[in-house]
Amino acid sequence: METAQPTVLTTEGLEGLLGALRRRGYRVVGPTIRDQAIIYDDIASITDLPQGWTDTQEGGSYRLARRENDALFGYAVGPHSWKKFLHPPVLRLWRAERDAGGRRIVPEPDPDERFAFIGVRACDLHAIAIQDKVFLQSTQVDPHYRARREDAFIVAVNCAVAGGTCFCVSMNTGPKAEAGFDLALTEMLGEEEHRFLVEAGTDAGCAILAELPHNSPATTDDLCAATAIVARTAGSMGREMRSDDMHELLLRNLSHSRWDEVAKRCLTCGNCTMVCPTCFCTSVEESSDLAGVETSRSRRWDSCFTMDFSYIHGGSVRSTVRSRYRQWMTHKLATWFDQFGTSGCVGCGRCITWCPVGIDITEEVNAIREIEPQ
Amino acid sequence: MVAARHRPRLAVWKFASCDGCQLSLLDCEDELLAMAAAVEIAYFPEATRGTIVGRYDISLVEGSITTPHDAQRIRDVRQRSRVLVTIGACATSGGIQALRNFADVQEYASVVYARPEFINTLASSTPIADHVPVDFELRGCPINKRQALEVISAYLATRQPVTPSHSVCIECKLKGNVCVMVAHGTPCLGPVTHAGCGALCPSYDRGCYGCYGPKETPNAPPLSQRLAELGMDECTLQRVYRSFNANAEPFREESERHGP
Repeated sequence: METAQPTVLTTEGLEGLLGALRRRGYRVVGPTIRDQAIIYDDIASITDLPQGWTDTQEGGSYRLARRENDALFGYAVGPHSWKKFLHPPVLRLWRAERDAGGRRIVPEPDPDERFAFIGVRACDLHAIAIQDKVFLQSTQVDPHYRARREDAFIVAVNCAVAGGTCFCVSMNTGPKAEAGFDLALTEMLGEEEHRFLVEAGTDAGCAILAELPHNSPATTDDLCAATAIVARTAGSMGREMRSDDMHELLLRNLSHSRWDEVAKRCLTCGNCTMVCPTCFCTSVEESSDLAGVETSRSRRWDSCFTMDFSYIHGGSVRSTVRSRYRQWMTHKLATWFDQFGTSGCVGCGRCITWCPVGIDITEEVNAIREIEPQ
Repeated sequence: MVAARHRPRLAVWKFASCDGCQLSLLDCEDELLAMAAAVEIAYFPEATRGTIVGRYDISLVEGSITTPHDAQRIRDVRQRSRVLVTIGACATSGGIQALRNFADVQEYASVVYARPEFINTLASSTPIADHVPVDFELRGCPINKRQALEVISAYLATRQPVTPSHSVCIECKLKGNVCVMVAHGTPCLGPVTHAGCGALCPSYDRGCYGCYGPKETPNAPPLSQRLAELGMDECTLQRVYRSFNANAEPFREESERHGP
């Protein structure tokens, strides 16, 4: 990679970046407000970004709120994650037709769009890297994920605020974007300035940066200011959880009474797995038409909280709420290491915020740690 | 050439119900011709003037059992049917009319009818499965026409219908909906309700009313606690579980934990 010095972009320069990405043929998606939440969708201009908005998050609660300034990225992660683009919720894999000539299998064409993601947070960069491991770096490469992932352009944003349920510092996944991006922004807002410190992470990032207007080299003061912003965020995490011994802690406490306690509160609705940016499980479904001439196979996100998920001949292996919650949490935090060499949790806090009854993964771990049977 | 096959005989039966599920079948406008080509619609009072004769390969049963006469008639339907599928909340849980199960029917009848002695009704409204063996239950108030087509298509292809019994929440998340309870504080039964509607109400910014009845392994008490925290009083908590699926065991039990 060419080494590029960090530069500073104005808001006009950021608009220029979106235009440059579009001219290169990218479908530009980023944060925008819909149904009183900040979700990810198509972005036509920076005016689509949630300027001046932030979010207040707690277990089972999310509310938008006005900011005192006009920050474009002054909020934490919302209900969506980038997996909805890279690993679509429902995806037809192939279909088949029966006609006079016999049976014909019609493969599903690759998508004809390339994504540019705007505003990817450090936790979500780690989540994408984890799904890369699952889908691209195992013995069986997933062609559907690869087709969406390999040409994606990622514009990261270093978090200037921590959400009420964030704990990336505990998981060593943020709040600074360290790798896995083409460009990384730090939003700097002052009395009379609204600028972005930009670092390039790839040649593609360098190339696009070089052609942007309203672009000037960063000064030492700019670099210090950006570092201070990230440090402040790191110091204001909503949640905290010791994570270095997770594998051993959970696996030696599979009979802990806390699993019974959480089972009383868990709805097994599956929301935590749906919003989790690393949960990747799918179910495969067949469909056929009334006339019996067309059939198709689709896959859709599934959840280890459903009975079908562990259904084998004779019934579901994990029929109790306790067993399903324990399966999810021990996989996420412990056995993921055995399977993929990393934690499956990136500390984004979505499972806490979007649990209808506010079950808090950090609180559950802390409870197990506090009262460990000897 | 597609091999010609035996057209299975299909019947649609009505018991105590509003006909809404039968209307959902008629609502399959684009697919009705294909359906008529695939099955012989031999008895369908909402749509045809056929008569009840002979045996049927597949019977779709709408409505609950509320009279002694219907309790007998469903046995006849069962005997005439190779496969019996109940459609809708009435047939699978007893329907809204199962509110009588929590009250005194005689008292109701005396208030509603000028000559209550003419009313020959049972004290309770019960699902079809309480009376005869049922091969498949399709949920909903009313049923979703896509799911109805799926059940018939699956039957024709001799495969399992894809009608997941997980929560409505999963349907919301697959659609990318923002959770109305978490983000707006809107009370929602989605976490304990059977999927199938495609998260219809939450997609229009309303909470789930539980039309599809309890999902697999519902855990209603913690949801009720959350609804109470959102400001729902005890009477309302009882009522939210007492709608179209009031008689479904998990909803009935939870409703009995609350009230005035």
